[in-house]
Amino acid sequence: MSVEAEPMPQTTGMLKLPATAVLLAGLKRRALDVARVIVPPLISLAVLLAIWELAFSGKGASLPPPSKVVADTWELIAHPFFDRGGLDKGLALHIFESLKRVAVGFSIASLAGVLLGVLIGSSSLAYRGLDPIFQVLRTVPPLAWLPIALAAFRESQPAAIFVIAVTAVWPVMLNTAVGIRNIPQDYRNVARVLRLNPLEFFFKITLPATVPYIFTGLKIGIGLSWLAIVAAEMLVGGVGIGFFLWDSWNSSLISEIILALIYIGLVGLLLDRVITWAGRLIGGPGTF
Amino acid sequence: MNRPYLQIDNVGMVFDTAKGSFTALVDVNLKVARGEVISIIGHSGCGKSTLLNIVAGLTRNTSGVLLLDGKEIDSPGPDRAVVFQNHSLLPWLSVYGNVKLAVDKVLSARMDRRQRHDWTVHNLELVGMGHALDKRPHEISGGMKQRVGIARALAMEPKVLLMDEPFGALDALTRATLQDTLMDIQAKLGNTVIIITHDVDEAVLLSDRIVMMTNGPSARIGEICEVALPRPRRRLELTENPEYLRARGAVMRFLYERQRHPKAA
Repeated sequence: MSVEAEPMPQTTGMLKLPATAVLLAGLKRRALDVARVIVPPLISLAVLLAIWELAFSGKGASLPPPSKVVADTWELIAHPFFDRGGLDKGLALHIFESLKRVAVGFSIASLAGVLLGVLIGSSSLAYRGLDPIFQVLRTVPPLAWLPIALAAFRESQPAAIFVIAVTAVWPVMLNTAVGIRNIPQDYRNVARVLRLNPLEFFFKITLPATVPYIFTGLKIGIGLSWLAIVAAEMLVGGVGIGFFLWDSWNSSLISEIILALIYIGLVGLLLDRVITWAGRLIGGPGTF
Repeated sequence: MNRPYLQIDNVGMVFDTAKGSFTALVDVNLKVARGEVISIIGHSGCGKSTLLNIVAGLTRNTSGVLLLDGKEIDSPGPDRAVVFQNHSLLPWLSVYGNVKLAVDKVLSARMDRRQRHDWTVHNLELVGMGHALDKRPHEISGGMKQRVGIARALAMEPKVLLMDEPFGALDALTRATLQDTLMDIQAKLGNTVIIITHDVDEAVLLSDRIVMMTNGPSARIGEICEVALPRPRRRLELTENPEYLRARGAVMRFLYERQRHPKAA
């Protein structure tokens, strides 16, 4: 290493001018690329904030303007991790609690959805038997499950998790089933010529061929989970961003409500991106 | 050679459809010798793919019997490897992975890991794809995909290599190089090949015999044309060859005089 390091300065010295020029040009191009992505949304955001500021800065406006939101909630923005015990916690901790519920509920939904999807996708008898029931159940709104879940579990935590699971399971299941039904005949023929047994067929053909469909379902599912958890937490209480939102309303802290909405939106986007990223990782590029 | 290698005896195919039964093939009789290259030609809808699928075992014939090397054909198997028209490579596997899947499944009883790896690479090198082992199917051209499809089929060491319009989707130049590759490999390994085509020149160039099918429904073998050209065949030398022109003429007359396509008439 150190031996080879000797002649290095010479070479860089000779190539110094062009190398720097190339480096600068590359940096410039990268900066332009980044600007192309970042500048337009920044402009629209600024316009939106300006309109909001103008519309609600008069006396007696029903909602606070953005400047007031920031001023009111600066303590919350600056200290996301404070914990004064009980329900008086920073926003990051509320969101963390909500995410924990989503993680459990969504995991259950994913597992059950893929298994049920494989079942109704590969057996037409199972499809004919179960599909009508699923079609009815999947139209039930998430919150409509909450009372029955509370009655069944007698506790708010498992009830909230059940609501998430039952909301997210349908898109995962239906997309998995569609994926299995859409396995091209060619792949089946290849499997038949090779005489793959059912187990080999499942792991070598069915599963990889269905991964893009499963992840489409998971993406829809994670979005619905996040919708459901906020709504469920508003009703069941406890630590969580949904509870925080409802608590702010009860205390008439409109600025905190607005801040919570922004955080909910950002976390929802983040969840969506995480699933997309996981799908690319597992399904290879071109999955989405 | 008294007993034919592949024997197709009175094979018929009737499909049950929603609109009643549809007779695709009647009384197909064909004997194929070991190492022979047969092409099946006919207008679309003449049941040539159905016949190939029956030999492959992917479709069960409703009448008649097929024997390959003395054993009845009743299900698909690697002894009748198929090269599909649209390559049918699994997109989530690499070029190597696609061939390896077949090698692992078919030859694991005979070969250990090391041998299976070498055999996979060997077959890909045979079709000229040794440079692209780690590429995914979507990263290579149509002709290359078809080469990998051929490597996968060859790697199973089939008794009969079945090819369903293997070069139909390729441009003329790519098709010509692949035909040459196929002839080279066949000369080296002595494979028995059945190839479906609708290209007269391809049929004459590649085959020892050309099986011409009448128009469907109820298609049958109309004529069989022997192509008595010595191998190796070089396409440039054949353009003026009287035997080439005779065989070509015979197939053309069959297709465009005697069996004009109903829709074209």
